[in-house]
Amino acid sequence: MPKDSGIGASSKRREDVRFLTGAGNYTDDINVHGQTYVHFLRSDIAHGRIKSLDTSTAEAMPGVVKVFTGKDFEGVGGMPCGWEVTDKHGAPMQEPPHPILAQGKVRHVGDPIAAVVADSLEQARDAAEAIDVDIEELPAVIDMKAAAQDGATLVHDDLKNNVCYDWQLGETDDAKVNEVFANAAHVTTLDLVNNRLVANPMEPRVAVGEYKRGTDEYTLFTTSQNPHVIRLLMCAFVLGLPEHKVRVVAPDVGGGFGTKIFHYAEEAFCTFAAKACNRPVKWTSSRSEAFMSDAHGRDHVSKIELALDADNNFIGLRTNTFANLGAYLSTFSSSVPTWLHGTLMAGNYKTPVIQVNVKAMFTNTVPVDAYRGAGRPEATYQLERVVDKAARELGVDPIALRRQNFITQFPYDTPVALTYDTGNYNGTMDKLEAAADLAGFAARRAQSETKGKLRGLGINCYIEACGIAPSNIVGMLGARAGLYDAATVRVNATGSISVMVGAHSHGQGHETAFPQVVADMIGIDESMIEIVHGDTSKIPFGMGTYGSRSLAVCGSAMVKATEKVIDKAKKIAAHLLEASEADIELKDGQFSVAGTDKSVAWGDVTLTAYVPHNYPLEVEPGLEETAFYDPANFTFPSGAYACEVEVDPETGKVSIEAFTAADDFGNIVNPMIVDGQVHGGIGQGIGQALLENCAYDENGQLLSASFMDYAMPRADDVPFYGVDHSSQTPCTHNPLGVKGCGEAGAIGSPPAVVNAVLDALNSGGKAVDHIDMPVSPSRVWAAMNG
Amino acid sequence: MYSFEFEKPSTIADAVAALATEEAQALGGGQTLIPTLKQRLAAPSKLVSMSGIPEMHGVCVEDDGSVSIGGATSHATVAREAAGSYSALAALAGQIGDPAVRNRGTIGGSVANNDPAACYPAGVLGSGATVVTNTRQIAADDFFQGMFATSLDEGEIITSIRFPVPQAASYQKFLQPASRFALVGVYLARFAGGVRVAVTGASEDGVFRWSEAEQALNKEFRSDALTGLRVNPANMIADLHGSKEYRAHLVSVMTKRAIEACI
Ligand SMILES: Cc1cc2nc3c(=O)[nH]c(=O)nc-3n(C[C@H](O)[C@H](O)[C@H](O)COP(=O)(O)OP(=O)(O)OC[C@H]3O[C@@H](n4cnc5c(N)ncnc54)[C@H](O)[C@@H]3O)c2cc1C
Repeated sequence: MPKDSGIGASSKRREDVRFLTGAGNYTDDINVHGQTYVHFLRSDIAHGRIKSLDTSTAEAMPGVVKVFTGKDFEGVGGMPCGWEVTDKHGAPMQEPPHPILAQGKVRHVGDPIAAVVADSLEQARDAAEAIDVDIEELPAVIDMKAAAQDGATLVHDDLKNNVCYDWQLGETDDAKVNEVFANAAHVTTLDLVNNRLVANPMEPRVAVGEYKRGTDEYTLFTTSQNPHVIRLLMCAFVLGLPEHKVRVVAPDVGGGFGTKIFHYAEEAFCTFAAKACNRPVKWTSSRSEAFMSDAHGRDHVSKIELALDADNNFIGLRTNTFANLGAYLSTFSSSVPTWLHGTLMAGNYKTPVIQVNVKAMFTNTVPVDAYRGAGRPEATYQLERVVDKAARELGVDPIALRRQNFITQFPYDTPVALTYDTGNYNGTMDKLEAAADLAGFAARRAQSETKGKLRGLGINCYIEACGIAPSNIVGMLGARAGLYDAATVRVNATGSISVMVGAHSHGQGHETAFPQVVADMIGIDESMIEIVHGDTSKIPFGMGTYGSRSLAVCGSAMVKATEKVIDKAKKIAAHLLEASEADIELKDGQFSVAGTDKSVAWGDVTLTAYVPHNYPLEVEPGLEETAFYDPANFTFPSGAYACEVEVDPETGKVSIEAFTAADDFGNIVNPMIVDGQVHGGIGQGIGQALLENCAYDENGQLLSASFMDYAMPRADDVPFYGVDHSSQTPCTHNPLGVKGCGEAGAIGSPPAVVNAVLDALNSGGKAVDHIDMPVSPSRVWAAMNG
Repeated sequence: MYSFEFEKPSTIADAVAALATEEAQALGGGQTLIPTLKQRLAAPSKLVSMSGIPEMHGVCVEDDGSVSIGGATSHATVAREAAGSYSALAALAGQIGDPAVRNRGTIGGSVANNDPAACYPAGVLGSGATVVTNTRQIAADDFFQGMFATSLDEGEIITSIRFPVPQAASYQKFLQPASRFALVGVYLARFAGGVRVAVTGASEDGVFRWSEAEQALNKEFRSDALTGLRVNPANMIADLHGSKEYRAHLVSVMTKRAIEACI
């Protein structure tokens, strides 16, 4: 029986009412009295030395308040990187400065050179055109392998080379790895590219900085997934401001997908300039600006080798990856190709020997950082593509090969630093085989062939690590932040509840799902509970939302705080019922004395807490509790996906005919929201697999700089999805037994799509081993005719 | 955008007069021009809207059976109102962009702009239509002069376009995955006097007639009539979305599909 409220109910997303009726409050909706507008003059050259920069004409233009250049920020810190990676020789990564406005050099198309603050945006743009800048063009560093060569042009003159770090995980003894491969019965090798993506949330980035001279207080309104993180980084590392004088607000945010985690120069600029100009400063990114200033995602070039024994057991795995970091280190960029990627290379398989090698490169491109899945899609794509290729080379069933190598005993220590607490990979595969009607595939293929189409089936398994944790371990791995979260449960006198959470909702539906948990614990109606988030002046602290962590980490803090509230309320109830606290039970919003018919309602207890006339002397008045929660381990969602495609052999066009996902997310609070998260993730994964491609030419010009050339998935590019999450192995170490579902779809779908296309081509007699994403019509046609 | 004057005349004569100002420019649906202005890539002194001129709107069938479409008629209107009189052209209009673009964008704007990947130029050239302006009538074969170039003079307005209606016609559009303009689009029209094949999206020189295919089809109108025939890849566009060879190949595939649709 589906529930109609509380944990397990598909409660309708209450926030959608305001989103769908135009009543949302996005950052661009915020306008502050006396506000000015900033326009950034951005480099149209990928790499060059600024010879001269003259802003005098611009300064005299109508409406101009002030023109800023790199000089204005010489005494100010640069944009920080939040994760120090140690290379395989024990040395820290190379960490070049990342100025707010260019200092001496420009390093990618879009790098801000100057900023004009004016009364209107058009005046700011007019003045920016009058800035006289002379840039001596330098050779652009674009290709990662060329960038790694000795003598390559340097992106950062003060570094020894363009390699940020040369990192390794897993087996450190090369001889041992070589021996495994030498003794293998079969080795499958694959070279592949994980294409660079632009996240393109529907809402572009916006920042409004405000400064109150009277109280020396700053407010930054910004499109962020984690306002406290922005406040901490901006105050402690960039501007040197006292945190208690700075408020950061991230109101309704129209999608983030990772790209709104990071602290961006424009945020620090607006905060700084608000004081310098003594007027509020607003910046709204245009879509064109977003393409060249939002952190991009992915961009790995990898070689992966899989060794199998004579019985087709996986015995060794080795990867060599070049990871593009772009021109500067974005906030969490260094962690993505390393601890969020290398650690996932075991996947769902008990491969005993694994060696992961990653060279992270500086290039004259937009910085690259986390994008939905962050590192885990790159790992999964390599692994699941090579497994599929191995199955084809060996002539064995790809599902059977996977099942044979599945990890089945938990907890399981991988050779790449993780301990999977629980999982059931055969369980999700069983669900997939049924839900996707794999038995009926042959008939569907025959049907497609009568229409002259090639039909393919692609299978994929994934494991991911969510709710990145615990803080003491990530600290050892180089994180410069803790990864706990916090919640305050504030019960009002009349019994309604405000829950202040550190997680930030920008599409995830927290405002609906989080109350379901509290309502369930107390036994009151969901509508009595409201979630407050996105404002450092309202919530205790929060590390924000990314890495599918909100419910697993912040939700756990909320559960702990609610437990504290209930404990205290029981003391009050015991006093009112003249019973012992140990005998008080809470059910359906009623406190009762066990074994009697004596009870008192939730609302009477909460009122008593605030009107403490008849009240236990040893208990403080009021009913409000805060909890911080630091997880003991990651959570490990997993799943099996099936994609069916049709390929038009005449044009190379691929259409997705069916897509089925069987996920294990542990316990589920709101099945409808989980379905939606999986749908969105698969949509983005299909986008990566078939359509999206952020491409630079050899001079560092962005070829896909608008939606005219950057193909976003549209509704008719994706099918109706089948989603099954009935195979559940609850997380063993958080109170709700939840794992996280936000990224799964984007991790699990790209290899399924590519595997399906290759299956289709091979069924048509085309022995095609691999096509790089996006698997566009022209690439499919070229592969078929190559 | 930069600032500009705006006029919305109600007659062609007033529009012509308004366009006499230096750097004045006609505004159709603004689907190409407005984004260009927003990016500050153009700086007209004045925009003269075509939208308030009644005689430039609508679809009608002339006495000789040809279909005449006002220069300021939206794609959506053509998709709807030409469905009975010239269904292949109506189908072309119905495949342009999305509903918002079709409700704003106009046939005159599209043809005047002559984007190398636009659909209407193929329809106009493939039909052998006549572009009617405030001063003259221009045969389609003389009108299109290469990418974004036409034989229109400064300030000249497309007031209508007159299409002879073929016995059968079909537009086959292969979508560029991002923009959904034509990566390759083929408009094929079969008249009593012969077959015309116009190709858009493919060539460095903009829309063109594939005369070898026309000749082959004039000999025999069969889907395999083009076997072995291919446009020269050397003149094709190469970009992120397809190589010269791929585009040349698609021209053959789309033409074959257009033939099949006409049989
Ligand atoms: C998202 C999107 C998708 C699109 N997809 C497609 C597609 O799939 N296929 C396709 O073909 N097109 C597509 N277009 C382009 C669309 O069809 C435009 O409407 C068209 O190119 C321009 O027409 P307009 O009326 O908007 O002209 P405007 O943008 O107003 O003007 C374009 C040019 O024509 C001139 N002009 C306008 N009217 C006249 C006139 N009557 N006489 C002389 N000159 C005139 C203007 O001065 C200007 O130089 C798309 C556009 C967008 C924004």
